[in-house]
Amino acid sequence: MLRELISGQLQLGLAQAGAAAMAALLVVLLARKRGIHLEGEAVIAMVRGIVQIVAVGSILLLLLRAPRWTGVFLLASMIVAAGATSARRAKGMPDAFRVSTWSIACGAGSVIAVMAWLGVIDTGITSLVPVGSMLIANAMNTNGLALNRLRSEVLSHTGEIETALALGAEAKTSVAPYVQGAFEASLIPAIDSLRSLGIVWIPGLMAGMLLSGARPVYAAIYQFVVLAMIFAASGLTSLVSTMLIRARIFTSAQQLILQPGR
Amino acid sequence: MRAERLGRAVENKILVDDVSFEVVTGEVLALAGPSGAGKSSLLRLLNRLDEPTTGTVYFEGVDYRQIPPRELRRKLGMVSQRPFLFPGTVDENLRFGPRQRGELLPSASVEELLARVGLQGYAARPVANLSGGEAQRVSFARTLANSPLVLLLDEPTSSLDDASKREVEFLIHKIVREQKLTCVVVTHDTAQAERLAQRAVLLAAGKIVRVGPVREVLHA
Repeated sequence: MLRELISGQLQLGLAQAGAAAMAALLVVLLARKRGIHLEGEAVIAMVRGIVQIVAVGSILLLLLRAPRWTGVFLLASMIVAAGATSARRAKGMPDAFRVSTWSIACGAGSVIAVMAWLGVIDTGITSLVPVGSMLIANAMNTNGLALNRLRSEVLSHTGEIETALALGAEAKTSVAPYVQGAFEASLIPAIDSLRSLGIVWIPGLMAGMLLSGARPVYAAIYQFVVLAMIFAASGLTSLVSTMLIRARIFTSAQQLILQPGR
Repeated sequence: MRAERLGRAVENKILVDDVSFEVVTGEVLALAGPSGAGKSSLLRLLNRLDEPTTGTVYFEGVDYRQIPPRELRRKLGMVSQRPFLFPGTVDENLRFGPRQRGELLPSASVEELLARVGLQGYAARPVANLSGGEAQRVSFARTLANSPLVLLLDEPTSSLDDASKREVEFLIHKIVREQKLTCVVVTHDTAQAERLAQRAVLLAAGKIVRVGPVREVLHA
């Protein structure tokens, strides 16, 4: 309907964004009716999201003719921003920003570097930045989930953890079941995406490639490639972040720092 | 074991304040006082689950900060209010402590420990099927599997019904007497302190109010 009413592409885009935002706001209103207050966080997230993506789109436009190293600089900045966003999900965890940033850099950064070196990701800025950002964004979500889950697991099992410590266990042994649980839980979205690929959803990248004239089979295979890279980046990020945070929730005398109410 | 000017403050809140006392080998010492007096906080300082902000503890004449924490905690066994058994069987729980030092507790020792706490034949039982009293007795056996020199008991009967409470008290008496263990027991129950301990430390607001023979301290 919108396409028939609006002719300019920019105007159409704004109208489409408005319609999609209305759908999101409708959910917020429904939630509010049930006593769940998402309005503040949802509105801020939507405004931030549209401003950020339009800004990045504009920067990409400028960078089309920029040298390749600017792509690396842009991805590094994204990693720092992802670290900051992700750390907010780990409120109360010691050193969460540094742990998150290093983990995303190790997880997403190393997968991007190796895949670019192998030629799986084109090193041209218009390919490196969007594909790289997909890996970073997913690594960010996984890291946030892992730290958030680990925090709640530790806080609800301080008795078991301190019992293990009191029996002479090493700090890492005392939290091992909760670290493993957090790692597994954080990877559920990435595993489900791979599992349901093509059946439940046809991801945006494939749709974009088809629209820009790529052969459907290549577009499909490349979509699998991207999801496999996302899984690798997310898995490595979660592995590193849970390992790094595990060392920070204990003192050097193997005392649990993270305690309910502290 | 000697606590010397021991204290702990968290975010300007004083939990334990300048506490000094000594407990000799084979003695049972009760830490008594109202809720919030700092009894459990003091007990956590004794096996260094928390770090003192002032003072220290001398264990066998050595400042306990010189002893690796894992070795210290093996020697100072702790039983808390709730048993916090690990998922699995009774046998797996009993083997947990020795396994941390790379030792495999023989099946005969598991049975012997279970016999000592009155749970013969329980080794293969899943911990999820135990009653409150049984779980607390398994928790005792699990601590004893580490062959501790001192037992730190944090209100070990507070979550039990009267019958289980008496069973566990009897068990504490028996174990301490048979193994000549030194024991520090936290309790807010005056009668229990009299039944279990020879001496008592009465705490209020993190400070020692009185120390001495249990009856004198609790009925002064």
